[in-house]
Formats: sequence, structure tokens, C-alpha cells
Amino acid sequence: MIQTIHGMMEESLLEKREGAIDNENEYTTWVEYWLDGELVHRSAAVHLKKNVLADGIAAMLA
Amino acid sequence: MANTQAMCTSFKGELLVGGHQFGSVTLVSRTSLTAPTTDTFKAALYLASATINAATTAYSATGEVSGTGYTAGGIAVTNATAPTTGGTTGYWTPSASLVYTTVTLTTAFDTVLIYNSTQSNKAVSVHTFGSQTITAGTFTLTMPTNAAGTALLNIA
Repeated sequence: MIQTIHGMMEESLLEKREGAIDNENEYTTWVEYWLDGELVHRSAAVHLKKNVLADGIAAMLA
Repeated sequence: MANTQAMCTSFKGELLVGGHQFGSVTLVSRTSLTAPTTDTFKAALYLASATINAATTAYSATGEVSGTGYTAGGIAVTNATAPTTGGTTGYWTPSASLVYTTVTLTTAFDTVLIYNSTQSNKAVSVHTFGSQTITAGTFTLTMPTNAAGTALLNIA
């Protein structure tokens, strides 16, 4: 069963589309479910690769 | 042997737990100075059209996403792993993914702001990713490996 904008629906009734993006900043996967040309569910998972670095403090005080 | 001028590595980690105070700062009481409580951090999502960056000083609802299942201010960050150090770097990463469950966010968003909700919603960090929309689904932000150089926050 899939959560959709129309409530819970049988997955077999829906068209499933999946994709992924992999670059230096993130690895992202997404899944969509469509019903008669209408997007009824979309989820995404983003794995962050890029962090934030504070090196100015050390440079100033070192 | 010779002495070498450097910022002590332990100090970098201690900064992340407020272990040093060189000037006066207004803080919400942490209950006890000898057994202080950990602040609560939250994660708010922002529209791709918003302006959130290094100059952001605190959480604001301006430019924040809105939609079914999403509460203004975002979600609490799981913080079960204290900041630590490795090599010459102090670092910290949330101890669990940020998961926005069963939301509908139809306007593209591409940013999460980590902020300290205990200390007047002061901003901590801004993280961007490719634009997303969510429809009756779940948005998950998985954290990088909590290690020096790869952790979400690094002080080198």
C-alpha cells in the first residue's frame, strides 16, 4: 500500500517511476507514483556529502 | 623538542559544547552550570527562492516551506552523539537522519537550516541540495559520516 494524495492505494494500481542523482554534493534517490497521469506520491532521500568547515578561526588564532 | 603554537584541538570540540566563554553572551538557562543540559536543535526546510546563507543569524519563517504535514520550524534534530575531535578537527553530526514524514511540499525547496531552538533559535549551519518537491511522501536527509573532515560541522 502506498500513501497518496487520495489516501492509501494498492501499489499495483500505480505507475512507479524512480531516479537517482549522484554528484559531489549529494546522492539523492526519489520515487514517484502516478495514477492516470497524475502525480499522487513523491518521496525523496538526500544523502548529504558536502559539509561546512570553519577553518578561519584556526587560521586567525594559530 | 620545541613548543609549537596552535589552537588546542580539544578547545575546538569544547567550543561546540559551550565550554568556553570569552565574552558575555545572553543564553537561555541550561539549568545548572555543573550539570548542564544539552540544547535542542531543529532543522527547517527553505524554498529554493529563499535567501538563507552564512549571514543568516536565526531561524525565520520567511522563505520556509509550507504544506500538509509540515510544521513551521521544522523537526527536532537527533543529537545523541556529542561533538568530538579527530586529528586537528573538532566535529559534530546529527546522530540520525532528518525525516519529514508524510508531507506535501509542492513548491521546490533546496535548503535545510540547522538552528538552536533553546538559544533563541540562533542559526548553526545551512546545507543545500538539489531542488525537491514531495507529494504525500517522506523527505529524508541522510547525514554524512561523522568523522573529521566529513562530519556535518567541522572546525579545523
